Amino acid sequence: MNIGNLPFVVAALLVLFGLYTFLFKRNLIKLVIGITLIETGVNLFLVTLGYRTNGISPIYTFAPEAQKMVLPTPQALTLTSIVIGLATTALLLSFAVFIHRHYGTLDVRKVKELKG
Amino acid sequence: MKNEGMTVIVRTVTRFVYGMIILFGFYVIMHGHLTPGGGFQGGAVVASAFALLLVAFGSSGLKGHVNLHWLQSIEEVGALSFLALAFLGIGTAFFYNLLANSGGFLFGASVPAGPNAGVFAAGGLVPLMNWAVGLKVMTGISAVVIIMLIGSSKEETE
Amino acid sequence: MTALTTHAPILLIALPLLGAFATPLVGKLGRGVRNTLIGLIVLAVAGLAALLAVDVFAASGVPTIYELGGGTFTFPLSGGQVPIRILFEVDGMSAFMGLIAALIALTGAFFSFSYWKERSGGNLYFSLFLMLTAGIFGMVLTGDMFNFFVFLEITSIAAASLVGFRIWRKQSQEAGFKVMAMYTLSGLFVLLAIGLLYGQYGHLNIATLANSIQGSLTDMIALGLLLTGLAMKAGAVPMHMWAPDAYGEAPAPMSAVLVANSQASLYGLFRILFTLFGVTISTGTMGWILIVLALLTIFVGVTMALIQSDLKRLVAFGAVSQIGYMLLGVGVGLAVMAARPEYGLVAMQGGIFHMLNDAACVGLLFFASGAVIQAAGTRDLNQMGGLGHQMKWTSIFFAIGAVALAGVPPFNGFASKFLIYEASFKLSPFLAVIAVLSSIMLLAVFVKAFQAAFLGPRSNASAHVSDPSPGMMLPMVALVLVIIVFGLFPGFFVDHIVTPAAKALWDGRDAYINAVLGG
Repeated sequence: MNIGNLPFVVAALLVLFGLYTFLFKRNLIKLVIGITLIETGVNLFLVTLGYRTNGISPIYTFAPEAQKMVLPTPQALTLTSIVIGLATTALLLSFAVFIHRHYGTLDVRKVKELKG
Repeated sequence: MKNEGMTVIVRTVTRFVYGMIILFGFYVIMHGHLTPGGGFQGGAVVASAFALLLVAFGSSGLKGHVNLHWLQSIEEVGALSFLALAFLGIGTAFFYNLLANSGGFLFGASVPAGPNAGVFAAGGLVPLMNWAVGLKVMTGISAVVIIMLIGSSKEETE
Repeated sequence: MTALTTHAPILLIALPLLGAFATPLVGKLGRGVRNTLIGLIVLAVAGLAALLAVDVFAASGVPTIYELGGGTFTFPLSGGQVPIRILFEVDGMSAFMGLIAALIALTGAFFSFSYWKERSGGNLYFSLFLMLTAGIFGMVLTGDMFNFFVFLEITSIAAASLVGFRIWRKQSQEAGFKVMAMYTLSGLFVLLAIGLLYGQYGHLNIATLANSIQGSLTDMIALGLLLTGLAMKAGAVPMHMWAPDAYGEAPAPMSAVLVANSQASLYGLFRILFTLFGVTISTGTMGWILIVLALLTIFVGVTMALIQSDLKRLVAFGAVSQIGYMLLGVGVGLAVMAARPEYGLVAMQGGIFHMLNDAACVGLLFFASGAVIQAAGTRDLNQMGGLGHQMKWTSIFFAIGAVALAGVPPFNGFASKFLIYEASFKLSPFLAVIAVLSSIMLLAVFVKAFQAAFLGPRSNASAHVSDPSPGMMLPMVALVLVIIVFGLFPGFFVDHIVTPAAKALWDGRDAYINAVLGG
């Protein structure tokens, strides 16, 4: 079945939605969700780069003989990116918890102690 | 946030299920060099079992059972053993796979070429590094989840 | 000794990582043991960086290569082979950045030992500091694009944690969130660009990519994304909003290392523009984009510094404007690279030399500000006063750092800034005029800060302060020595340290590719 360019379009849409959420939403948690959406879009883009038509997963254990495989390198890149995304999201959410404890609100317009 | 946990049904099912999730996580870590998986993936599965316990029983139910210092010590052991394994082959290069294809007893069988039935004892340093990373990830993510929910047991640092 | 030199690129990253993982365990044994371990690691790192620099500068233009994971290949590769492992490729510019990072790490670590004497939480602080050092070294020494991204994210996470370290102070939490969001966005832009380049060409190694790159539309999009991401992380205007918050809220020794972090991402930008893309793009356009960014940064940084009343934010805005000078020098070099006149190389020498001078001067200013704030108990300039009577040495060091940063002879800031003025005047007199005016304004800003903090009548509240302990004074003395020596003998240092770095970017692209792929 020919899927064409559909995964690339979906990845671009995810990145655009994430950018919109990050730039125009007011709640701190929604900003973090926006960043996570951008990360997901980029990861999907990386995995789709390695796809070869009618390829099977690049594992040699119990693999059928003489079959084309998809590229394994983008899968390693995506895995690294997911791990980095986990650490980043954990740190951002910890900062959000402390901001709520100090300022009492999660509205990004009210958290403006440092100006100028 | 409900600190008392969830209903009786959830708690009973969790008591049965969390051991199986931890076992599955260990399987994913251990067979990382043959099937999809490896250190991070298996560690994340085990940490999700821990998060399930936390959600089902609430922070008050787990207060006496969890020691944060133990989690952090095991995490440091995992990190240091990963670096120590990487330093083992420093004679040739950093991260050199010393044990692969060497014929020794510790994962030293020769790696077959092409599609095969999966030789468990092959791979050299890779399964050992999977274990080190898996230890670090499972304790690390569990510690992050606990600290975010309950609060650190140490006093706030100055 | 040769074994150390061969393994130096990876030991510069592995030793601080080892220290970062071991510090929480060792810290349980006591403060003295932990300080000894960290001191040994930082001294070893400084020695290795010097050794590597001597080795690379002596090789006169041929980069050193280290393969991570095995001695399978010998470099340069024979025809048709492609590198399949992660390579570290150290040329003149990488070794120079390694020297800067080593200097800042060494002085920062020894200042931190005394700064954290009465406070708790030092284990976590030193662990994060060593991880940030390892990340900076990884960014400047690597020869692989995805490895560069991984180390970029390591430094982002460590730096944002250090900015938000003081959790009882609500401004640091706000600054930490802003910093982490900006760093993550920049990292994602860089990753998207790396994905585009990998999908187009199938390689991740910088030398192999440079060999096969053409200037197609996808490459231009990738270049734009990389430029945006890395300039966002370096703190160039108009994406600079996180920088004064970050430098102002981090603990004092860490602000200097954060400046080194921004300089490392500037290094990444230069590596991509000069070595990865090189002559396949229109260097005139890209050079002028850099020059416009530089002018905005210089001007906005100094102007915002004029109205600050918080001492550390004032120095932070000064640091932001100096990043503009580095961009100006290298931007002028890039803009004229097609025609290759003589002043192009001089401009690059000025910009690169200013990286080292800026690191030393801004480091000294942050250390002195940290000592002042600890002694006075307040950060507001309006409430300080008369500290110069008791803190004689600190006031002298602050004055030296401020005057050197503003570009007054005979200190080192004058040497690098004069090269930038001279070369940019030949390109367009308007650039030199703005640069000189901003230096004068910066001098005025620091005169105001000095007068508010140190001069004036002796106040009652500051009757008990004195110069900080010798542990905090020694790193400041070391930086002052660097400033004075580099200012009195600039020719020697420019010829032996800066020119190999500038030449590695100016016409070292072929040597960079041939070291991996062979003629």
